[in-house]
Amino acid sequence: MKRIYAIESVCMNCQLCAVFCATGHSRSKDIIKAHNREKVLPRLFVEEKRPVSFAVQCRHCDEPFCVQSCITGALTKSLEGPVVYAEEKCVGCWTCVAACPYGAIRRDVDRKKIAKCDLCAELTEPACVANCPNQALVYEERGS
Amino acid sequence: MTKYAIIGNSVAAVGAIEAIRSVDAEGSITVVANEPYHVYSRPLISEYLAGETTVERMAYRPADFYEKNGVEAILGVAAAGIDFDKKSIALEDGQSVEYDKLLLATGGKPFVPPIVGLDHQDIFTFTGLADAMKLDEAIDRVKDFVVIGGGLIGLKCAESLHKRGVKVTVVELADRVMAAVLDVDAGRIVEKSLARKGIDVVTGDTVEEILGEGGSITGVRLKSEKELPCQAVVIAIGVAPNVELVKDSPVKVGRGILVDDMMGTSVPDVYAAGDVAEGRDVLMGVTRILPIWPNAYMQGRAAGMAMTGSPRGFAGGLSMNSIELFGTPLINVGITDPRDESFEILTRSEGDHLYRKVVLRDGRLVGAIVVGEIDRAGILTGLIRDGVDVSDFKEELLRSDFGHIDLPADVRERRLFAL
Amino acid sequence: MYTLLQPDFRIKRDEERCIRCGVCVRQCAFDVHSVDTDDGSIRSDESKCVACQRCETLCPTRALTLEENYHVANENYNWTGGVLKNIWKQAETGGVLLTGMGNPRPYRIYWDHLVLNASQVTNPSIDPLREPMELRTYLGSKPDSVEVVKENGSLKLKTKLAPQLRLDAPFLFSAMSLGAIGYNVQEAMARAATEMGIYWNTGEGGLHKDLYKYGKNTIVQVASGRFGVYKDYLDAAAAVEIKIGQGAKPGIGGHLPGEKVGDLVSMTRMIPAGTDALSPAPHHDIYSIEDLSQLIYSLKEATEYTKPVSVKIAAVHNVAAIASGIVRAGADIVAIDGIRGGTGAAPTMIRDNVGIPIELAIAAVDQRLRDEGIRNRASILAAGGFRSSADIIKAIALGADAVYLGTAALVAMGCHVCQKCYTGKCNWGIATQDPYLERRLNPDIAAERLSNLIHAWSHEIMEMLGGMGINAIESLRGNRLHLRGVGLSKTELDILGVRHAGAS
Repeated sequence: MKRIYAIESVCMNCQLCAVFCATGHSRSKDIIKAHNREKVLPRLFVEEKRPVSFAVQCRHCDEPFCVQSCITGALTKSLEGPVVYAEEKCVGCWTCVAACPYGAIRRDVDRKKIAKCDLCAELTEPACVANCPNQALVYEERGS
Repeated sequence: MTKYAIIGNSVAAVGAIEAIRSVDAEGSITVVANEPYHVYSRPLISEYLAGETTVERMAYRPADFYEKNGVEAILGVAAAGIDFDKKSIALEDGQSVEYDKLLLATGGKPFVPPIVGLDHQDIFTFTGLADAMKLDEAIDRVKDFVVIGGGLIGLKCAESLHKRGVKVTVVELADRVMAAVLDVDAGRIVEKSLARKGIDVVTGDTVEEILGEGGSITGVRLKSEKELPCQAVVIAIGVAPNVELVKDSPVKVGRGILVDDMMGTSVPDVYAAGDVAEGRDVLMGVTRILPIWPNAYMQGRAAGMAMTGSPRGFAGGLSMNSIELFGTPLINVGITDPRDESFEILTRSEGDHLYRKVVLRDGRLVGAIVVGEIDRAGILTGLIRDGVDVSDFKEELLRSDFGHIDLPADVRERRLFAL
Repeated sequence: MYTLLQPDFRIKRDEERCIRCGVCVRQCAFDVHSVDTDDGSIRSDESKCVACQRCETLCPTRALTLEENYHVANENYNWTGGVLKNIWKQAETGGVLLTGMGNPRPYRIYWDHLVLNASQVTNPSIDPLREPMELRTYLGSKPDSVEVVKENGSLKLKTKLAPQLRLDAPFLFSAMSLGAIGYNVQEAMARAATEMGIYWNTGEGGLHKDLYKYGKNTIVQVASGRFGVYKDYLDAAAAVEIKIGQGAKPGIGGHLPGEKVGDLVSMTRMIPAGTDALSPAPHHDIYSIEDLSQLIYSLKEATEYTKPVSVKIAAVHNVAAIASGIVRAGADIVAIDGIRGGTGAAPTMIRDNVGIPIELAIAAVDQRLRDEGIRNRASILAAGGFRSSADIIKAIALGADAVYLGTAALVAMGCHVCQKCYTGKCNWGIATQDPYLERRLNPDIAAERLSNLIHAWSHEIMEMLGGMGINAIESLRGNRLHLRGVGLSKTELDILGVRHAGAS
């Protein structure tokens, strides 16, 4: 399946991936409103320790430990490949947070829900990849 | 065409069904369970008790799960016995189910210690939906609860009861709450967060007698002679594997049903998974019962794969819990409180809200406790599961924002982008 | 000390638009922006701003606007704001004013006073989309005459030709050394040059081993510091260029401070890490044309006469005579860098006041070499502030064979000409060795942008050539009749060898 890969050597820590991820997952899809009013959380993490940085999203594992750990059935592995999250089923137990080896699952503490990458299912290319100004994120098929 | 049978209808059964169907679309699958419910999320019974969810929303898989997976679900009917020679399960209603491959996923049953006065009314356990429903009814007439057991189940029960507006006192025999998975420091943080909300916690003591008049409870008497007034008692000490079906059978039982890494029991074509199974612990190098949800799913999955004849094996169990009590989230993984000198322990704490502990053995991470800032704690779990040598950056593990960036570049690349 | 200096720029942040994402904070190497930890808002210290526009460009909500800070209220024609500031600065520091990039002073840009011809009625123009159009250019010494013999019924060239560089279009990327710019920038230029069939120049800082694979499209430099010069370096290249001078700082050497000499630069320049890389003002073995000739032939010997040798000088007063000497010394190519040529670091006074405009230099050198009958013996490469395909085609009409693109290439890769290259804090990841900054220049993207620019300019040149009824760039070279001057004095026209517009 296609996955998102970070290219560390050209990631410049602008973190626009996070900005556009949050925007893409907002109700309004308006960048200013998404951040200043809706306070949407990005579905990815940018790790940085200068000079290095890179974005980490859900890897949509073949044997997802989060899915196996999810106590409510909110996380499932779809046949097409992505690990699918049904928000209405999530109770915010954070077991997936404890399980995910990538640390790719974010806690939305106020709403007691998690937030994680859905590969922007409705778009042809995830927002983080499409908006990276330095092509430090690619969306492609590699091996498995 | 293979006939698969599964006794039990919780997460291990689901793991097995999903595994079987990923390989074998043809075989028949029959699920037998004494609980009458569609497969539900057992841990959510505390949310149910707190009034935060409904039975419908507790469904662990969609309503058409059995249908879609071609499963015949015989629910609300207990298995009465198994004839391992004839490969047949006798049900309590007289039916029988034939099988080629059998999975025992009967789970655990609440452990009730010998306490004087167990014949009173309003003594509850807390492991299934029915328990939560009974407690839910009792809340209207009970003002004071005593919960026996300060483990995960006991505390979640206490929290839910507290949210419903009743007074709760937790009695724990050990010197701290959640003694099985936490160390003293983390235990204290949890106790303080409970105390702040008005839940009394008594540690180092236990209930010896349930007091009452005419069947109604009036209080409990502790080992310390202290008496606590209450009108109901929840016994939440823990669960014991539900091995009754295989008593006096060729299936070997230790504390639970003994299984190999393919989840096979001592009897061919018979497998066990979940809280009833005693499998290998990946860190401890011994077999033990690890009654946690993810473990049950993975064992169920491994069993399912093995039952189809394409075994993948089970990587071994790992103790891992995530619990949030009154807004203080907490995660424990692996070996968290070793007493042996061969372990190296690093900790960091800030006040009553933040605690981080990592346990190393031979340079590898084998356990962690994270209280408060639990985000991305899964990275630690991953390092534990994969046995990564962390000796070069062990101090970094204590930082709340520890991440892949703290790993050597080649390790990081491998871990992040192997897929 | 309290400073009299006011900020050069003003940063306006539209708080309605700002989403506090912190892109500006993380992207500014000059630490202009910072997060106010009290309320999460972002503040900007304008005194540090260099107007590189990185924050403005990357701000996802366009919340930032940069403006000139016109604060010198009573500046006059003589005592301009810039002049006053320079004095204040030097009164505070006691130092030489440093700068980067090319001369920004308003000397006449002759390109803007030269216009091109086009065919009308009496001679047909050519549509480059329908008919072949040749931009191929060969750089190197051409023979005085060629001898052709008939062999087995077909014609064969008997004359042995000097080595040539074959360019698919008359451009090269200017010499910019590793140290002045980052590795990624050089890689981008090398890749684009390879893709487009042109050349890039290493500058004087050596050639990193990983770039040897682009050697066929690489010109290596030998300058007064001799950094990284050894057998493999010369062997790897397509041509060797002796750098005598640079348009931005004629008569001045170079000084790469030790903090920019990390492992990569150290290895490539073959100097210890952390030491200053000093390029002396003169080559200490060249005090005459004869000395230069010795170096030219040393390099030819070393490369067994398989590669053209170029000599690059700054355009100065007697550029024509010097060029003549260079050609007579045996150079295959004379590269001339005009007063608007760029630099990674130069004293401001030198950059802004020394040298002559490249237009006049091209015309003077071309004419001188023609007059002496040696124009064929060397190609002329022009450099220094070429901004568009129109500037380039005019340069060729004036007599250049091809042009070096430095600033234009950098701008294509993202440079915003803030002139702070010498600080090593280039926010665009170009003029920096800082690993946090240099990764901003993705060689994949930069190479593509360079290729795009070359592609676009090539196309424009074809259009203009076609308009003139010319189907090969060679036919335009030195063909000054295709140029006319507008608003130029007689003296200027004479030097340029161009008639005034309106004259037939």
